[in-house]
Amino acid sequence: MADFLQLLVSGLATGSIYALAGLGFTLLWQASGTINFAQGEFVMLPAFMMLAFAALKLPLLLSFALTCVVAVLVLGWAFKRGIADPLLRFGMMPIVVATIGLAIALRNGVRAGYSAEAHPFPSLFADKLFDIAGVTVTLADIGTLAFALVLVLGTQAFLAKTVTGRAMQAVAQNTDSATVLGIDVPRMVFYTFAINALLACAAALLVTPTYLAKFDMGESLGTKAFFAAIIGGFNNSRGALLGGLIVGVCENLAAAYISPTYKDAVALVIFMAVILFKPQGLLGKRVERKV
Amino acid sequence: MSATTHPVLKVTDLKKSYGAIKAVDGVSFEVMPGEIFGVIGPNGSGKTTMFNSVLGQIAPSAGRIELNGRDITGVSPMQLNRLGVGRTFQTLQVFGKMSVRDNLLVAAQEHHGSMLSRMFAPGDSGLGAKADALIDQFRIRQVADKKAGELSYGQQKLVDIAMAFMSDPSLVLLDEPCAGVNPSLVGGISTLLKDLNRTRGRGEHGCSFIVIEHNMDFVMELCHRILVMVEGTVMAVGTPAEIRANKQVLDAYLGN
Amino acid sequence: MTRNLLVGLLALAFLIAVPPFLKSYGIYLFSYWLVFVIATMGLNLTVGYAGQKSLGHAAFFGIGAYTVAIVMKAGLSFWLGLPLAMLGCFAIGLALGFPALRVQTIYLAFATLGFNTAVWLVMRNEEWLTGGTFGINNIARPSLFGFSLDGNLAYYYFVLGTTLLLAALLWGLLRSPWGKAFTALRDNPIRAESLGVHIQAYTLLSFAIGAVYAGIAGALFASLVQFIEPAPFTVAASIMMYLMVVVGGPGYFFGPLLGSAVGVLLPEWLRFAQAWYLFVFGAAVIVLMLWLPDGLLSIPDRLRARRHAREAAAARAAAAAKVGAQA
Repeated sequence: MADFLQLLVSGLATGSIYALAGLGFTLLWQASGTINFAQGEFVMLPAFMMLAFAALKLPLLLSFALTCVVAVLVLGWAFKRGIADPLLRFGMMPIVVATIGLAIALRNGVRAGYSAEAHPFPSLFADKLFDIAGVTVTLADIGTLAFALVLVLGTQAFLAKTVTGRAMQAVAQNTDSATVLGIDVPRMVFYTFAINALLACAAALLVTPTYLAKFDMGESLGTKAFFAAIIGGFNNSRGALLGGLIVGVCENLAAAYISPTYKDAVALVIFMAVILFKPQGLLGKRVERKV
Repeated sequence: MSATTHPVLKVTDLKKSYGAIKAVDGVSFEVMPGEIFGVIGPNGSGKTTMFNSVLGQIAPSAGRIELNGRDITGVSPMQLNRLGVGRTFQTLQVFGKMSVRDNLLVAAQEHHGSMLSRMFAPGDSGLGAKADALIDQFRIRQVADKKAGELSYGQQKLVDIAMAFMSDPSLVLLDEPCAGVNPSLVGGISTLLKDLNRTRGRGEHGCSFIVIEHNMDFVMELCHRILVMVEGTVMAVGTPAEIRANKQVLDAYLGN
Repeated sequence: MTRNLLVGLLALAFLIAVPPFLKSYGIYLFSYWLVFVIATMGLNLTVGYAGQKSLGHAAFFGIGAYTVAIVMKAGLSFWLGLPLAMLGCFAIGLALGFPALRVQTIYLAFATLGFNTAVWLVMRNEEWLTGGTFGINNIARPSLFGFSLDGNLAYYYFVLGTTLLLAALLWGLLRSPWGKAFTALRDNPIRAESLGVHIQAYTLLSFAIGAVYAGIAGALFASLVQFIEPAPFTVAASIMMYLMVVVGGPGYFFGPLLGSAVGVLLPEWLRFAQAWYLFVFGAAVIVLMLWLPDGLLSIPDRLRARRHAREAAAARAAAAAKVGAQA
């Protein structure tokens, strides 16, 4: 039983990171119809940026802050103006292809231009263990879970409770109506891209200590983020949280109780089941096809 | 028309609800062979929903639809087309990347032979002459080899209508054939439709049409009978003269 | 039409005449290229002509390769493995088409991606069947009518012949009414359905036929490289194949030829700078999407469209000037 709870907790922690990446992905899709195949690389790049700042002997949190600023500029503004804006009017596939190209470029740019090696990354949390009711949990697991939850719930609160957030939701639901209501649609869309960049930075801060910084760390993370977003429900921002946690927990349990080699298959199986039986996701709403 | 003529289309008590909203609430009518049947009514009166229910695009909540005596309620659009029903769409739906001629060919090729035989058939499935005849009837010979997406809106509208006739349907539903068309072309469309009504179709009576339109002059001049829909129900059915004189219709819709 | 024929003949002349002058590695590279041309021809049908979404094509490539490898390891002939690969891919491709009937666009893309991952996991984990990460080696080259295809040049001409045959079959299929039906399915499935086009059947068949092409390519691949392991059949490989179709031009007949050259030949030649090459390739894909979203082969069409627009504008200006002069 203690093992199970341990796996549950660490699964929740991993899953909350998937949720962070998946949430940004979902928000981008809702606000602008952008499918970002480079989402994993959007986490990888800040990880290396923080490493670069750390090499300049800057403390971790300051590196994080600076990285956030750079990320909003590059992964938020430049990405939106350079790739998303010109391509969105051509439908979904050009953007998908362009972000695939972006993922390949970022991955190999880091590999060739910085390093092909895996680098250690400082953890935000000290190396402490806790014993709670016979279950051993690490500070990192709890800290990650707490931090990620705060960010996800905070983002959702921002969207639901603030004027700007509600304007962003309006843009996501009906861009034409939002324009007519006087909402500055391009700016709201930019805020969405900026939030995605920030969430990706946070994910980088939380996940890299465990998995090490490597040019290809984004590949599997990106895939899990898509799966999490779709399992939870692509047109519902709460979906990413649920999807991420489900994937994280099930993966951990399957690796321990079934077989470690098929760990990656778990997210896949859940995802395929959802796609075939409830394509709008567990929390999503059915979308009618218009004639 | 002889007394024993059966209606091409018979709609009985058609209903379609979206939750609490009754888009179509008990509509019944008949369309006789060779008849041009107009459907008019204010926006939101359920005309397009009724259309889409007849065409199998959406499933009706209740009611019965018969084509030449055969129950077609809920039959898919593809099968309906094979049974002899054609349609045009309110929003233009031509295949932009194919030539005009290819658009017409694809509109009828699936009615000839099987999937397997079509793999070995010549590119135009032997329908080249028929396509050319329609191209001439619609006077679009000069753009026949251009990609449909490159044509003007009015020309694309003509291609759209021509496509519905390639398979020799016995019934064609036209959804706002004049929408967005230059007023000077509207008369031409009316003449064209009258011509098609007489010359096309499977039986001796020619082809029947159901036409949704907002252009009153067009409808009154073209149609043999007109149905007026208001808020999902039938307000009146009759000849253009009868409808023009109907006080209820005038108050609700036509004004004076 | 005649332009296509001319391009085809030139390409054919190049493909026949050049290899005897190449070193062994060069001939091998050309065979490698043609194998991918076959695979991407199939993907071009599914994605380019029929408008479906498929990010799992490498799975069929792998199924074809492993079928031949396993059959030959069991002591049976390549010529048994090849039709088995084709049948298997047809059946599985047909099965993959069923989700396509139920889910749309991006969900379909993800479903095919999931399919690819599942197949790859089986390849990697089921050692008893596939040799796992160790793979299957010593795959022999077949012989044709008693004539050995062991040598690189002989095998190359065999692959070339197969490519030509498959290209001719595809050309015939696209020229038949099926070609128009696929295009209708791609451009406007709702209208196509209302015109009597059996969109379910055509959707399933576009996946199945595309899969068979990939399976044949995989079979040829197995005997070409003579060692099969899971690495070439990942989602990343599927994505590269998809990019090859997109770069060449989806729905253009010679797109796969050009796209495979960019995706397969160039990186091999520039192998010494592979990471930088891929960086440039990724950036080039972005630029291509911004500038030529319909692929490289759309350049002539765009030039023509621009010329028409200029002529139309000039005609309008001339007419306006005439009216102005009369006023």
